[in-house]
Amino acid sequence: MRRYFGRKIVVYLSTFFLAVTIDWAIPRFMPGNPILNLLTRVAGRPETVQHMYAYYSKVFGLDVPVWKQYINFWIALFHGDLGTSVLMFPQKVSAIIMRAVPYDIFLLVPAILLSFYAGNKFGAFAARTKWLDNTVLPLGYMLTATPYMWLGILLAWSLGIVAGIFPIAGAYGFNLQPSLSWVFILSLLEHWFLPFVSLFLVYFGGWAIGMRNMIIYELEADYSHYLEALGAPRSLVRKYAYRNAILPQITGLALQLGVVVAGALVTEVVFSYPGIGYWILQAIQNQDYFLIQGCFLFIIIMVLVANFIIDIVYVIVDPRTRLGMVGGSA
Amino acid sequence: MTEQINIQKSEKMDKVPVIKPKKINEFIYFALRNNKLKIGLGVVLFFILLAIIGPLLTKYDWNAYIGPMSQPPSGEFWFGTTTFGQDVYTQFVLGLRAAFLVGIIGGGLGTFIGIIIGFVAGYRGGIVDEVLNILTNVVLVIPTFALLLIIAAYLKVRGIMIESIFIGLTAWPWAARAIRAQTFSLRSRDFVDMARMSGMKPLKIIFTEIAPNMMSYLLMTFILQFGGAILIAATLDFIGLGPTNTISLGLMMNYAVMWGALQFGNWWWFVPPGFAIMAIVGSLYIMNVGLDEVFNPKLREM
Repeated sequence: MRRYFGRKIVVYLSTFFLAVTIDWAIPRFMPGNPILNLLTRVAGRPETVQHMYAYYSKVFGLDVPVWKQYINFWIALFHGDLGTSVLMFPQKVSAIIMRAVPYDIFLLVPAILLSFYAGNKFGAFAARTKWLDNTVLPLGYMLTATPYMWLGILLAWSLGIVAGIFPIAGAYGFNLQPSLSWVFILSLLEHWFLPFVSLFLVYFGGWAIGMRNMIIYELEADYSHYLEALGAPRSLVRKYAYRNAILPQITGLALQLGVVVAGALVTEVVFSYPGIGYWILQAIQNQDYFLIQGCFLFIIIMVLVANFIIDIVYVIVDPRTRLGMVGGSA
Repeated sequence: MTEQINIQKSEKMDKVPVIKPKKINEFIYFALRNNKLKIGLGVVLFFILLAIIGPLLTKYDWNAYIGPMSQPPSGEFWFGTTTFGQDVYTQFVLGLRAAFLVGIIGGGLGTFIGIIIGFVAGYRGGIVDEVLNILTNVVLVIPTFALLLIIAAYLKVRGIMIESIFIGLTAWPWAARAIRAQTFSLRSRDFVDMARMSGMKPLKIIFTEIAPNMMSYLLMTFILQFGGAILIAATLDFIGLGPTNTISLGLMMNYAVMWGALQFGNWWWFVPPGFAIMAIVGSLYIMNVGLDEVFNPKLREM
């Protein structure tokens, strides 16, 4: 187990280091100057501009040599300081992210966990049940092949605009202030529902077919045939097959988190849901590289943390890792 | 018919080349009896034909304002027109071409890199494996958008090619992991040991002993990468990081949302592109399951 975690930590640290370095490079390798972009909005006399240029260079920490900027970036990072936004100047990037994160958690955690649970259960149930396998699983393939934004657009158009049941933009009604009232909570749920459903459906299809494909291999394995030959009931054989088939699915969850986050980004864009994805698009359109940098850094950290949690779950569900063997995680 | 005769002929003449024709024959036999493969391939071929022939049937330019605005589908404009009066059909068939181009180049490049890294990591093992594993993990975790942003800022005019190459360069980790695991299990087989003992060079062992035994697997990896590349391209295009000088299915959806197709109820603008992506990628996946059943006798009986 120590070897297992030792290897994982080396991988995590090197990934983190490289990812942060690339992230640091984003605003600095951009053509043009982010400060000049900001200054073009405030037209003024040349000496005023010069003065402001010096001021902003200091604010963004660009007035020191590059190597020092890099070190300062790491120091600031460990203080939780992600710099200042250009788009929302003078707000701190970390403040914008902190405001957006609750919406992401609210949207993503239920969508990922529920779809993982339901998809796996359903996939295991459908495998080798002829009519289900031939009718519902093609549907699963179609779901997982659906572009996130298209499903989002379809839901917004059909249920939001044509049927008029659900609102299609924002996280709560425009006429409401965040508060702990029933009206507000109801409005939150109403706005949450469509993005949630569109993410859930695409994820669900992926897990269901993944499980179906895993479990038919397990059901053909020697131990399954042996159990059947002993006269074990079908449900018992399936239970053992399920336990073995779930392991690659958990690895898949870890691998897929990056993709899952990307899916959430476009869904948030479609529904103007004010999570990180929405802010990334705003930042791209307004060339606010510091905000982009902060959002990406946040995503990198979250994906790594989630991966680490999955690794711990893996130790719990796969005894081989506990006994110091390599196990199926490699 | 002639093929069968040829096989019988060669059977008498020589013993070695027999295996291959017979194998292909068996493959065709089971492939033709597999509905998943037939239906999946049929849908994909239909869209490929549409992408090839479709643009020849239109007399409009995809970007030109040629008709009345927001027209529903009609005899004149088969898929209707956009909010600006562009022909949706023309955009759609050109978008299909772009999608297949991204699939072939992006998916192909991704598979190629995945094969190289997977083979080397799986065959060599040890420290090489560890280093490549870290590299794979880094590429998996880094949001590829971040890299694309830098590229997008430098290249104000981008084509499908650049997007495809970018997707290929960032989408390989999946393939690499899967191929590494397969190579790892093949490397300790007797026939590989034999080749090694007979003094064969590692590169030759990989390409003459290991790769042929994974051909079906590599083909399926390519199909998955192909579909994945189309989906990634749609996402990138949708947030405006895709090509700038042409149309694509993702861009159609981007424009539709941006210019109020939802509010005006112009469903003919945003339904076809998403549907085509879903149908193509979904069919590729279903085709892959069919291929799996054809290649793997254990999965065949139902």
